[in-house]
Amino acid sequence: MSSSSRPTLRRAAVSLAAVTLTASTLTGCGLFSSPDLVVYNAQHEQLLDELVPLFEEESGLDVELRNGKDLEMANQIVEEGEDSPADVFLTENSPAMSIVDNAGLFAELPDSATATIPDQYVPADRTWTGFLARSTVAMYNTDSMTEADMPASILDFAKPEWKGRVAFSPTGADFQAIVSAVLELEGEQATADWLAGLKENGEIVQNNLVVMQSVDSGEVDAGIAYHYYWYRDREENGSDSDSSALHFFGNQDPGAFVSISGAGMLASSEHQDAAEEFITWLTGTEAQQAMAESYALEYPLNPDASLNPDVKPFDELDPPQVDVASLNGPQVTDLMTEAGLL
Amino acid sequence: MVIGPVDLWQLLARPRIGELLRNTLTLAGACMAATAALGVVLAVLVERTDLPGRRAWHGLLVAPLAVPAFVNGYAWVSLDRSVHGFGGAFLVVTLSYYPLVYLPVVAMLRRLDPALEESAWSLGHSRARTLATVVLPQLRPALLGGALLVGLHLLAEFGALSLLRFPTFTTAIYDQYGSTFNGAAATAMAGVLVLLCLVLLLAELRLRGDRRYARVGRGAARSSVPLSLGAWRWPTLGVLAGVVALAVGVPAWSLVRWLVVGTSTEFPLADLTEALVATVVLALAGAIAATVAAVPVVWLAVRHRGRVSTLIERSTYVANALPGIVVGLALVVASLRLVPPVYQTAALLVAAYVILFLPRAVVTVRAGLEQAPAVLDDVAHSLGTGPLATARRVTLPLIAPSLGAGAALVFLAISTELTATLMLSPIGTRTLATEFWSASSELRYGAAAPYALLLVLVSIPATVLLMRQERLSLQEATP
Repeated sequence: MSSSSRPTLRRAAVSLAAVTLTASTLTGCGLFSSPDLVVYNAQHEQLLDELVPLFEEESGLDVELRNGKDLEMANQIVEEGEDSPADVFLTENSPAMSIVDNAGLFAELPDSATATIPDQYVPADRTWTGFLARSTVAMYNTDSMTEADMPASILDFAKPEWKGRVAFSPTGADFQAIVSAVLELEGEQATADWLAGLKENGEIVQNNLVVMQSVDSGEVDAGIAYHYYWYRDREENGSDSDSSALHFFGNQDPGAFVSISGAGMLASSEHQDAAEEFITWLTGTEAQQAMAESYALEYPLNPDASLNPDVKPFDELDPPQVDVASLNGPQVTDLMTEAGLL
Repeated sequence: MVIGPVDLWQLLARPRIGELLRNTLTLAGACMAATAALGVVLAVLVERTDLPGRRAWHGLLVAPLAVPAFVNGYAWVSLDRSVHGFGGAFLVVTLSYYPLVYLPVVAMLRRLDPALEESAWSLGHSRARTLATVVLPQLRPALLGGALLVGLHLLAEFGALSLLRFPTFTTAIYDQYGSTFNGAAATAMAGVLVLLCLVLLLAELRLRGDRRYARVGRGAARSSVPLSLGAWRWPTLGVLAGVVALAVGVPAWSLVRWLVVGTSTEFPLADLTEALVATVVLALAGAIAATVAAVPVVWLAVRHRGRVSTLIERSTYVANALPGIVVGLALVVASLRLVPPVYQTAALLVAAYVILFLPRAVVTVRAGLEQAPAVLDDVAHSLGTGPLATARRVTLPLIAPSLGAGAALVFLAISTELTATLMLSPIGTRTLATEFWSASSELRYGAAAPYALLLVLVSIPATVLLMRQERLSLQEATP
């Protein structure tokens, strides 16, 4: 026995060395160093990975991204409160901005940060600003459907004739933003009925890309998503959009809802100057044009920036009038939970 | 989050809960049965027959441990999108998890005293009957322990089931948290999940019984005379080759294909290195911490049996069935309220890993300590050795292999952990798992491939360590 206790001790020593090494490596990797600006990012990670280096080069600031999903990060910021390490919060859709705003955690933005963005995309109290937009669309399979087969309103997808034929992804903030628009425009009962119909008829999938794949492969006839998924795929390789087309509802239908990506600065931030500089840069012509020219194909909100002409122009969308600051995320998730979608 | 009983009832008595309960229970039941059957059959074939190339087959059959379940799910679903729903989830989970039964059963088979079997033969029992009536009953603790691990893994599995589009409580809780973070519905679902876990633990406790399995004296155990397969040799080889092709061949083929097709334009070396270093460092720290924490728990449970010590041991399992996101959220809230400075530090993340994966170390170390006869401690005491010296000179050397195996299992689990890591990691820290997840859930299969490959490579040493522990114990048992 005593002969084998020696290796045990040696093993213990090795373990100890490993722990020490661990601690020093963690420090060495910069895990404990502090950046000039912490951005909680719920916008597409890939887009910010492209943008941030441009800003870092121009400003000389060191930006650290923490990536997540809209509502998860919004609620995390609320939970963190005054202790939040976040300086700036970016979202894909506006309901998540409202959650943080309603908790009183945003600081008012300077005029420079909102000057270039049209008024309807900035809340009246200027606690955050929109910086990109996406249009709700229906995608349809061109082998089984024509534009004429598509419903006039997104509410029609809840009807029994769509049973097993329409895909959507209820768990993402994208779809929830659409529901919040339906709630705002049609009221609680109509929204509950619509969700119950979708639960009954629809094919629930993981995210909007899977919606697009399901439509393209003919698993379903139609799907609910945002415009850019289809355009991006077209632009890159067309592999998931070659047997599908887009149907824009227009006519101020809830299905023509334009969802806004938001940017806000936390009141608890110790780097307010850097945060203001970043958001001002983000809404400025240069960054907006960079976003328009990126793979993203979302609509820039700064009128001086212009998107690829292959994408349906922003001013032809004819969306419903919705106050961006009024969309109610928590009520939407309650309704979706009641409908059995969450 | 405080909710009244009426609200709670309304949240629990809705159709969605029934749907999730049905999904979770059928999948867990089917996968536990399938992994148990597969694990035992494969173990008996490799250990107790004259199968050609047994050592090589053993290596190949353990290899799926190095392929995380969500990498396996990605491999299948990116090759063929029809692999989803119950069928796909059953297939992928069974192929990923069966080594959790296979390994302990192999270890048990190697330790069994062949004298019992020989007695049965001498009494005129056939080889098959001896296998059924003498060998299989003795495998019970290993089989149950393995099946329990499969069940617990499955209750907590998120990535694979999410990719394969089969909603269970864990994926639904994730969706709920993603939408409401601290919502009542998510809390209610997490409560149901904890109950399921408790049911599983109680069932295992009853089935296990309180027999002891330690054998004193190393000299007597020999390997058993292998059963001759005769004409069954070729069909048996075909079955083994089929299992290996599905469990290792498909993910390997899929990964290589995506590496070639998808990443010719993109191979971000700096990002890959950074994620690799973060993953290895965090997993090492967590594995060491969890193994150290497991020792006193196991010591109490095995050497001081009683209601309280069993309760302590079993309570560690509950966290294992909680999705990482639930533990993550609890630690977010607790750390912000109690010790704000540790919020979003590596220390807090490692603490989360210990809470989540302690049971993996406990299960393994427990198996080791049960094989280490308590009487040796008593002998040491009677010879005047103090408790600490006994632990150092007698017990620790005996359980050292199981400590290594426990640490290896925890390392494997941490390197693929996703949800708690997403929530708690220090700002700017990206691991292989989070990077892989962000690419694969956006269907950027090609971009996900290098991360998947590194995840597999990082898992290989721990898998080899697990295998080597088994071989060591074989050598010890057969001098």
